[in-house]
Amino acid sequence: MHELALCRGLLQQVTRIAEEHQASAIKSIHLKVGPLAGIETELLKRSFPLVAHGTAAQEALLEITPVKATIQCDECDKKSELDNIQLICPHCQSTATTLLSGDEMTLENVVLEQQEVKATHHVH
Amino acid sequence: MCTDCGCLDQKEHSTHDGNNTKIHASSIKPLVIDVHQSLLFENDKQAADNRNQLTQHNITTINLMSSPGSGKTRLLERTIDELSGRYRIAVIEGDLETENDARRIRAKGVDTIQITTGSACHLDATMINNALQQLDLRQIDLLFIENVGNLVCPASFDLGQHHNVTLLSTTEGDDKPEKYPVIFRAADLTLINKCDLLPFLDDFDPQRAKQSLESVAGTTPLFQLSAKTGEGIGQWLEWLQHSILTTKATI
Repeated sequence: MHELALCRGLLQQVTRIAEEHQASAIKSIHLKVGPLAGIETELLKRSFPLVAHGTAAQEALLEITPVKATIQCDECDKKSELDNIQLICPHCQSTATTLLSGDEMTLENVVLEQQEVKATHHVH
Repeated sequence: MCTDCGCLDQKEHSTHDGNNTKIHASSIKPLVIDVHQSLLFENDKQAADNRNQLTQHNITTINLMSSPGSGKTRLLERTIDELSGRYRIAVIEGDLETENDARRIRAKGVDTIQITTGSACHLDATMINNALQQLDLRQIDLLFIENVGNLVCPASFDLGQHHNVTLLSTTEGDDKPEKYPVIFRAADLTLINKCDLLPFLDDFDPQRAKQSLESVAGTTPLFQLSAKTGEGIGQWLEWLQHSILTTKATI
């Protein structure tokens, strides 16, 4: 259950960004997670509110976009998008392949809520 | 709409009555910040610092991972017996509870730091940094980190090691790499341990284990050995000595 540890790291990252921009709250957090990242995304979603409670991120919506694994074959040089995580070239069945994407777990963006002073004006 | 300023927010109209100058109501504006940073950014930063420190001290560092009971401690005992005459070895032991493994390693006369993680299922770079501060780095050539017995979580956390070694024992089943692809993909070397038991196990085929490993990790080194009997240990020791030479060459 390292998802809790990942959530703590994520919370540290997003709250620091919120502070840097003097945001009052974090509205949403967008992640990209590949099938070889070793993350159970449902567990991550359920863990995040536990660690975010009482922080600027406590109301934040955690959006996770799954990324497919893609490989390039070292033998036939073809690129393929995979439906599973068996890193075998679907064209020539070679296991000598290079992973191009699929092991990432990245924080893509954060949407902040900023209190902005709009205008000053005189009351008549 | 407010005729004074044109604002649309009815709630903010209370700020218009009263006298003198008033700050008009604040409005909430969403702001998108692009980050594109790994979730493990903080850990990876600390791991890079650890690796730098270890390389500067010429210490080849091996992160040993496997499920519980695959023989990590037994492999370390055997390795220490074989190499302690030639290299100065130290061990960082990770366990949820107890100092049992650390006691076994200390009995070999090797400096050992025990990290008891409590409920944490893996070691991270900060734990390793704390442990490094307790070791005399000038007195070590080869450092082993025995990770918490777990085939899932340790794979995601860079500790600052030079090499990851994953153990698979013959009693676990030859399809483990496909079931736990992340940890086997992270391995620079996979060892099949407890090969002395192969004659008694009709459901573990080393060839099938190799195919299973290659299907998730590509072409990657795989050695068979028995830490208990010493069978096949030579290849592992050669690999270690080659790693030590490579670390020295990078300085």
